[in-house]
Formats: sequence, structure tokens, C-alpha cells
Amino acid sequence: MAAQPQDDLVNLEIDGQPVKARKGAMIIHATDAHGAYVPRFCYHDKLPVAANCRMCLVEVEKAPKPLPACATPVAEGMKVFTKSPVAIGAQKATMEFLLINHPLDCPICDQGGECELQDLAVGFGRDAARFHERKRVVKDKDLGPLVSTDMTRCIHCTRCVRFGQDIAGIPELGTTGRGENMLIGTYVEKAVEHELSGNIIDLCPVGALNSKPFRYQGRSWEMTQTPLIAPHDGLGANLFGHVLRGRLKRVVPRDNEDVNETWIADRERFSYEGLLADDRLRKPMLREGGAWREVDWETALGAAARGLAAAGPSLGVLAHPSATLEELSLAARLARGLGSANIDHRLRQRDFRGDAAASSSSAGLGMSLASVESLSGLLVIGSHLRAELPLLAHRVRKAAVRARAQVAFLDLATRDYRFPVAAQVVAEAGHWTREAAALALATAEAAGGAVAPAFGSLVLGVSPTDAHRAAARALCTGSHRAVWLGAMALRHPAYADLRALAAETARLAGATLGTLFEGGNGVGAVAAGAVPYRDAAGNATAGLDALAMLRSPQRAYLLVGAIEPSQDLADPAAAAVAFGGAACVVAVTPFASEELLRHAHVLLPMAAFAETSGTYVNLEGRWQSHPGAVAPPGEARPGWKILRVLGNLLQLQGFDEESSEQVRERLRAQVDAAVGAGAGAATTGGAAAVVVPPVLPAGAAGAGSASAAALDIPMYAIDAVLRRSPALQATNIARASRAAARAAAEVTA
Amino acid sequence: MRSIVKTFLLTELLTGLSVTARTLFRPKVTVNYPEEKTPQSPRFRGLHALRRYPNGEERCIACKLCEAVCPALAITIESDVADDGTRRTTRYDIDLFKCIYCGFCEEACPVDAIVETRIHEYHMESRGENIMSKDKLLAVGERYAALIDADKAADAPYR
Repeated sequence: MAAQPQDDLVNLEIDGQPVKARKGAMIIHATDAHGAYVPRFCYHDKLPVAANCRMCLVEVEKAPKPLPACATPVAEGMKVFTKSPVAIGAQKATMEFLLINHPLDCPICDQGGECELQDLAVGFGRDAARFHERKRVVKDKDLGPLVSTDMTRCIHCTRCVRFGQDIAGIPELGTTGRGENMLIGTYVEKAVEHELSGNIIDLCPVGALNSKPFRYQGRSWEMTQTPLIAPHDGLGANLFGHVLRGRLKRVVPRDNEDVNETWIADRERFSYEGLLADDRLRKPMLREGGAWREVDWETALGAAARGLAAAGPSLGVLAHPSATLEELSLAARLARGLGSANIDHRLRQRDFRGDAAASSSSAGLGMSLASVESLSGLLVIGSHLRAELPLLAHRVRKAAVRARAQVAFLDLATRDYRFPVAAQVVAEAGHWTREAAALALATAEAAGGAVAPAFGSLVLGVSPTDAHRAAARALCTGSHRAVWLGAMALRHPAYADLRALAAETARLAGATLGTLFEGGNGVGAVAAGAVPYRDAAGNATAGLDALAMLRSPQRAYLLVGAIEPSQDLADPAAAAVAFGGAACVVAVTPFASEELLRHAHVLLPMAAFAETSGTYVNLEGRWQSHPGAVAPPGEARPGWKILRVLGNLLQLQGFDEESSEQVRERLRAQVDAAVGAGAGAATTGGAAAVVVPPVLPAGAAGAGSASAAALDIPMYAIDAVLRRSPALQATNIARASRAAARAAAEVTA
Repeated sequence: MRSIVKTFLLTELLTGLSVTARTLFRPKVTVNYPEEKTPQSPRFRGLHALRRYPNGEERCIACKLCEAVCPALAITIESDVADDGTRRTTRYDIDLFKCIYCGFCEEACPVDAIVETRIHEYHMESRGENIMSKDKLLAVGERYAALIDADKAADAPYR
């Protein structure tokens, strides 16, 4: 905590010890800071105070009754006793009341062993019950495929209710009735549909709300815990993987105030189920003639190395943006070692004009995640933020709700954001360039500037409407402003124009330009040199981008990561032709999908998320490494090992690392040398760094138009692991998006 | 001098032989196992069994407390949601080679599912038979249900 002026502090006494606390803080803050534990159920650091469990009653001198520590502000000269007979007596009495209606089903309760009620019952419970009347039984609720309920166990702490109201912004759960008849439930019996709803599992201090996929799968005490980093989006949420007998049984959040606070999205929590899908590749496979054959590693690697070596510089390397930094780094070195700069991770991008010039300016968010909360004006171009980066949306929500930040969106449709949105500019994808131009012009009006003459062709004939002016006014609120380009903008056929206009808008508004890269390692991939225009040391290279290397077929391809051509690539048709015509397609992949079996020649089984050690660089440029939690199934091996051995077989220089840490350190040294000593990899930040890329003639991009479905990829379909996760696919979010996709397909057919 | 006399009069030998002679005419304490057997306590801790309720329902609820308490790590349990929605084991293995027959599993069990019976005369003939799987444990429990129930009833006043 920052140093407080002396008059902001009050002096009080806790258990006879003099303590200082911030004025307005509650007693429980002071006792926690002082290390005097006060039992609690309803109080939670991140939630508003409710004071309805009464467990934190403490004795305060001169107060007639014990007071709840979570809802009593500290006062000068206050004397608090947390362990006095009155306090302990009150806590024990509360516990007895709580246990009146709590079933004694700890042996079959998944919360058993990590239950706050169980823990406190040891300290404050009576050894025998005095309650001989009938216990109450509550009917369970169906809260969808993610959260299981045993409502009889509920102690009405209302943490889940407050989570819905104050964190998710959607009152999904509420209380009805009072006293003995109080029930927690959904007002309408519908699934908990928020993308952060899984967090109520952690919040629930008892076993009333639990993880449905994990139901009855294991006990908290028998699992080993390994820190992990979430790979599905650029936020890099910190996780714990819980492993029992070599299987990842569940994923829970790991507190990191700077990144994910104490929350994780459902995507992170439940994606582990997809790891052991039926089509998981467990052995190296080689296509001989038309038939696939399981072979040993030596044979498969030999065939892969021969195929790649034969292609020489006519090699295209596609790496998944959710691969680890080590895998991306080695893939980039492998490609360049073979004399090809055709390496890319921007699999869904359609427009690559001027990317070399732009990359240095918009590496990720350009600000820290924590500082998102202090934004005053924000314009998001082409992103359904809640689906794309749920926890970033949560930070934006905090800014909007608490700091009254003005947020505006340019999107395909009006979305429900659960926070006040100043303006939503809705337009078909084909009109986005004009809309972005109109936004730039409106910003020029609002901020009192002029759009640079270089944009002449883009802004020609464009005049802003009231919607654009409202968005521009929102952006130009306060002093801390940002313009973000979302994944839909990245996938847009005129991305370069959108980016240039966004950069111009940011310049006019004095805002920070941020790019919300896809995948867990979008920033890392650029740093690792997994792009055709620069290597890890920052030297400019000339190679084909992800789209060009498929449209001008190469002799061989190397796919690194869980890439499924029809779902992960911008132009699946071109990919089918290119792979079909290639002499050798090597796929280092965790899944042997049908498509890969059709296209590839060698399949090398690779460890997926949580099975390999690795590093992810999040959107703010934070390097986060984690060890592997479980061994990969079958003969699968970590991707970095596979690529290193391939490098050795190809007799390339420098493939001698013995651990993923060595790969990371080598890359780190290169990146630091490139950026300059002391500066972080991608933490430039500040509007001053924004460079306007040269505007190129419109229509130069290959893909003329992209359908809304191609831009707006559903949140549970963005990578192969998520697509294989049964619980997530059973959610209403996933079902609705599948239904929409089917309807769209019928319309086109 | 005294020790020399003692040595030559063989007193020590005779003292020893007198013990033999006395014991020769006392009632015998050995039993002719297996024709004869010593009495067993109802708390005897022998072969394990998994019990069922009188209506045939499995008692075990896969709480894994026995697995947690087992000092020899002899118990391995996997659990899942059963067809009727209850919590059940999908695997319940006791390695009899690891087991030290301490009876902690029985003490830990909240539903009296796992018990150690008074059966101690069993053997294994091939590798792997030392693993008592769930089926085998339930079979033991069914076969000796009357015996187990009687032992439980006999011990109940002391619990």
C-alpha cells in the first residue's frame, strides 16, 4: 500500500496491540493486516460487504453487543478483542446456527477438505448437536453444464449473489424468502450464462456450488498443485492445475492482482477436459502411400527432417499463437535455419499490408492491465470484448462502473456488456473502413485536430454521424484514453486500413493504441520472431505471411501447435490446395483431426497446454513461465523438444538447449539486446510510440470481403482444445453460436 | 570353591531339567492348527471386505477417507458419478502386500463400508492376486455378511 498521510490513519487496539488502520477501513481489514484471524463466510476481499453470515463477530469495547468485523468501520481509540470469551462465544453461537440446517454429508461433498465451513467447524463447532428438529431440505437447481448445485448445503452467505451483481454485472442468482425459507436461486430457472460464472464455484464457502465436470472426481487433499498460465487468450491468467495420478483433474485460479486478480474465465477453468479428446495423437504417425502407420519417433523425425530439408527455402511454417514462447522461438529458428523466412502465427489475419512498420508501435495493450481500470475514455474497434478477453472486459467494466469511464465500440452487432456503454457503432464488416474513418474524423472534431492528409483516400466522402460523434466524445473523456483493435479487426480483410485509422484516431485523441492479439502468445510470437518480417533479434527479413504462403504453394509445410486448417486458418480452401500439392506436410500437433490426416504426411504428437513447461507473454508484455503439470499422453513429447531434435537432425546451428528455460533465456537475451538494455520486450506504452503506418491503396488486400461468421468466431471455438471440451460446448453460449452458424450455413446454401 | 562344587554336582542342569519335567505334566497350551483354532476377538483384523446395506445397495460412497488415512498407501480409489447420480467408486483396490492390517480404514469409514473380517486363512497363487479389487471385496462382503454383522453387533457396546 502506498504511504498514507498520517491523518488518514486511525489508532486502534487489536487484542491489546496498538495498530494503525486507514480511516474508513473495516475492522476485518485491520485484523487481517495485523494477523489476527477472524473467521468469516460472507466477507470476500473482492465483493461488497453484506455482513449476513455473522461469523466475524468480535468484541469491541463499549459496544453493547459483539459487532461484525466486516461491516464495522475502525474508529480512533477503538479496542477490538478477537479472542475474548464474548467474541468466541458469539462466533460459536453463530456456527451452531449455521450448522442447524447444514447437512452432514461431508463424505460425499466435493468441497470436503477445502471447505471453509468444515475448517471453521473444527475451531468453533460443538461436538454434539442440540438441534433435534427436522433439518430443512432444498431442491437443487439446474445451473447449466458448468456449475453443480447442492442447495441444501447453502449457508446464505450471498457471495454468489453479490458476484453476479457486482462482478459479472448480471444478477443471475438472487435470494427469495427470508430466514429459514430463504433460497438462493436463479430468478428464472435458467443456466448461469456469464463467461465468468465458474468463479462462483471458488467463492462458495461450502459445497453448495461446485464444478460439474469435476463432480465426484477427486479430493482436494490427494491432488498435487502446479502453477499454470492460461493459453486461450492474451491476458495470461494465472492458474493452478490440480493433478491426480497423472491426469489434470481440474483448474482453479491463482491469485495475481496484476493479471487476473482472483478470477478466471470459464474458458480457462473447463478447457482441460478437451486435452484427452478421442482424436488425441499419442504416437508419431507416418503416411506411406495412402495409409497411416504408427511409427517410432526416430522414423517419424527422420522422415520429417528429410521432407523439410528437401524443400529448402520453399518451406512454410505456421505456428499457433497459443503455442508456448519456446515452441514459437524454435519454430522461427528452424525456418530461418533452413533459409526460409516464411513463418507466421497470425493464422486468421487476412491483411498483412505494412505490418513490419506497424508491429513496433502496437505490441499488445501498451499499458498494464491494472491501469485499464483507470481509463477514462476507450474506443474498441472490432472486438466483442466479453467473448474475446473476458477478464479484460471485467477490468473495463470496473473502469466504466467505478470510474465512470466512457466506453465505445465498433462492432458487427449490438452486444450486451453489463456496464454502461457510451456508444456502440454497429456496421457490417464491409463498411468498417468507412466507419473507422468516420470515427477518426469525429475524433478530430472532438479533440480539435485534423486527420493527416495521408488518409485522403480513406476519409474521402466520409462524414461522421451522431453515433460516431458519441463514440468520439466517449474516447475523448478525461485524460487516460485508449483505442483498442480487437480480434475481429485483426481478421478483417482491410485490417491495415483499420489499424492506420485507429492509430490516427489514437494520435488525435492522445490515446494509447492497443492491439488485442489472438491466442495466448500473440505478443510473444512477435518477440520470438514467428513473423515473416523480423527475427527475434529484430533484423528485418522478407518472408511470406500466413496467407501468402498458402496462396503461393510451397514445397513443404511445418505446422506447429493445434492447427486445424478449416477452423484456424483464414483461407481453408487455399490451405487445402497448398497442403495437397506439397511434397511434405509435417504437423507437430496434439490432435490428429481428420483434416490433418487428410493433408499431412508426418504427424508428430505434441504436448498440449499443461503438459509442457513454457512461457506466455501476455498483452501487457509480461513474461510468465510455468512448469508442466502432467506428462503428455502416450508418446507425445513437449513441442520444444520435438523442434529441437528436428533442428539437430537438420544439422542446424544452435539447437542445443536442454531445457525450455534455456530456450527462453536465449530468446530473452536476444530480445533484450534488440530492444535495448533495461527495456521490456513489449512494454513501450504511451501515445508517443504510435507510428502511423503508410496508407496503402484500398482493396490491395487479397480477400475482398469476409463474412460476419469468419470475423466473429464464437468464444468457445477459438482453439482446438476448447472445441473439444464437452462442458464448454454444452453451454448455452456455445449452443447459441452453433445454432447461429447452422442458420447462416442454411442461408448461404 | 562353591562354583566348582556346583559345577560337579550339575545343579544348573537339574534346575533346567526340573522346568522341563514340570511343564511335561502341565496342561498343553499349543493347539493343533488347523484342526484346532484359538478363539478370535470380534475385532480381529483380517481380510478386507466391502459391505452392502440390507437392501443390496453398496455402502461405499467414495469419500476416500480410508485412502487418506491408510499409512501404507495400500488403497487406491477412483470415483465418479454413478448412473443414479450418487457418488460411487469406479475402482477400489487394496494391495494386500502393502496392507499392514492396522484397521485405520475401518475406523475412518463414515458408513462402515470397508471392514476387516476375521478371515485370515487365504493365499495367493499368482501375481496380481494380491490386489483386492472392488468386485472381490464386495464378494467377500456378501459371502461373509452374517459373520461381519455378528462381529459388528458384538463390538457395538464398546464403541
